[in-house]
Amino acid sequence: MPLEVNGKTYETDEEGYLANLSDWSEDVAKALAESEGLEMTENHWEVVNFLREYYQEYQIAPAVRVLTKAIGKKLGKDKGNSKYLYELFPYGPAKQACKVAGLPKPTGCV
Amino acid sequence: MADFETPVLQKYPVIPSITIDAMKDSAPFVAKPEHQDPLGFPGELVDDWKDRAIEKMGELLGKYRSFQVYLDSCVKCGACTDKCHYFLGTTDPKNMPVARQDLLRSVYRRYFTFAGKYFPKLVGARDLTKEVLDEWYSYFHQCSQCRRCSVYCPYGIDTAEISMAAREILDSVGVGQKYCNEIIAKVHKVGNNLGLPEPALKDTLEGLEEDIEDDTGVKVRLPLDEKGADILLITPSADFFAEPHIDGLIGYAKVFHEAGVSWTLSSYASEAANFGMFIGSYENMQKVAMRIREAALDLGVKRIVHGECGHAWRVAYSFWNTLAGPFDFLDPNYPVPQHICEFTYDLIQKNKLRFDKSQNDHRVVTFHDSCNVARATRMGDKPGGQFEIPRAIIKTVCNNYVDMDPDTIKEGTYCCGGGGGLLTDDLMEIRVKGAMPRMQALNEVVEEHGVTNMAAICAICKSQFTKVLPYYKMGMDMIVSVHQLVSDALILTGQEVDDDEADEDAA
Repeated sequence: MPLEVNGKTYETDEEGYLANLSDWSEDVAKALAESEGLEMTENHWEVVNFLREYYQEYQIAPAVRVLTKAIGKKLGKDKGNSKYLYELFPYGPAKQACKVAGLPKPTGCV
Repeated sequence: MADFETPVLQKYPVIPSITIDAMKDSAPFVAKPEHQDPLGFPGELVDDWKDRAIEKMGELLGKYRSFQVYLDSCVKCGACTDKCHYFLGTTDPKNMPVARQDLLRSVYRRYFTFAGKYFPKLVGARDLTKEVLDEWYSYFHQCSQCRRCSVYCPYGIDTAEISMAAREILDSVGVGQKYCNEIIAKVHKVGNNLGLPEPALKDTLEGLEEDIEDDTGVKVRLPLDEKGADILLITPSADFFAEPHIDGLIGYAKVFHEAGVSWTLSSYASEAANFGMFIGSYENMQKVAMRIREAALDLGVKRIVHGECGHAWRVAYSFWNTLAGPFDFLDPNYPVPQHICEFTYDLIQKNKLRFDKSQNDHRVVTFHDSCNVARATRMGDKPGGQFEIPRAIIKTVCNNYVDMDPDTIKEGTYCCGGGGGLLTDDLMEIRVKGAMPRMQALNEVVEEHGVTNMAAICAICKSQFTKVLPYYKMGMDMIVSVHQLVSDALILTGQEVDDDEADEDAA
């Protein structure tokens, strides 16, 4: 199911994850979020931007613990926990936030 | 949450009336050529699939004596019919173990038995058609290979082996399951199911060292690729990534620290899981297992210890010796391989660990026996050690422990619903429904005994429960790692604690 944004079509996999990392843009992210029923707030962007930075450095999404720690440092300690991340991304920060960030879905026993 | 109904938990377990074809449309995403190639399977359905499938079945019948015995010996007694969690949760009669076996047995009879060749209708034999192949793909991905049915079968027929054979046949004609095969390809390439490269692993481990020091004031190491270490820890890569798995990993590190042993993880063999077993592929299972052997030799370790992973423990405990052995280069004074629970239990027996049990007083804990550990392995040197050792550890670190209904634990344990390669979002319906019997038993002890947490020693179980508990109106954080409980109660040497809090009878 390809994703259409501003008249352009982007290839995705069966579950709507972007097929090509380089297709990502803020508008694409908004469309991906919409397909998940999410409205992007500033806090969502903090998470998404961190995921993208981490991915650029390590070629993989960060562990949930690494993500919560980083968000805690940026947004305050009360937000550095997975409960807060689940409030932002109810289907799970790892999978849903990765999708919006245009990263491949984490695989394995997760 | 999804377009299916979550089963309603009853007061008592009931055997449901059947609903024909209830789950006929359930099927996981099919593997693409790029997932198939690295495993040595055709990229897509081959033209001569029918001949090749029958030929493959013949090959497996010759290779695995058990496979033929299982196909020949069923007498349709019905003992297995209400034993599968997927049948109980979905009410689809094809999820009765005997019916699942018959999907393949009927084709076996048609091509490999005298009666089936000449009088197919009399013996329930049927031709292999595309519809049959699709039905295999659907229903052999509704079996978690948990082997509960085999416990109750008077002939010991093991549906898991039939399910593995079916998947092997499907792979051999180009119809693979995306979830498993993509993951196995990642292990071959990167060394773990996640595709976690060495720099990311290193960064994650360093972060955990910081966390432990912040938390306890004690420097506990999580070493990576350290040559000359005594112990190589092999653990599921979910332990580096997911919650509550990572708390278990912290627990192993603390236990190793207190034991004063030298240990290391390996970036080359950074995975305990071996999905080669789920797809019935001996070659792929061997290739995955060999990475661990190579890492152990390369690092020069004397022992291999396994973290909390159910099927990996089966592969290691039951298959390693012939699959990737002999492991005669390891120290024979210790179990080869050893489970982290055995390691911790041994230290407890020798009074080498100090605990403050009250740290777990906010919890009432129960234990979920993971299917592969319970029915395919052992721990320690006594029968039933795989049941008793994890429980003994939990009771040493927690004051409040309750078992679930005896019919649902130990050798009769219900699968979490996500094992055997089904732990993927495209199979959410079967996962949620298959979890029902376990949820039922858990709910009972929650209501009767105020259980707050269920501990497990398998990465799949932990991820599965995190996902399905909310469907049954229970909190996703109820599921904990056994070594998370250990970690919370363990007093590290040099750790600042109130003397009053410490358990005087340090166990």
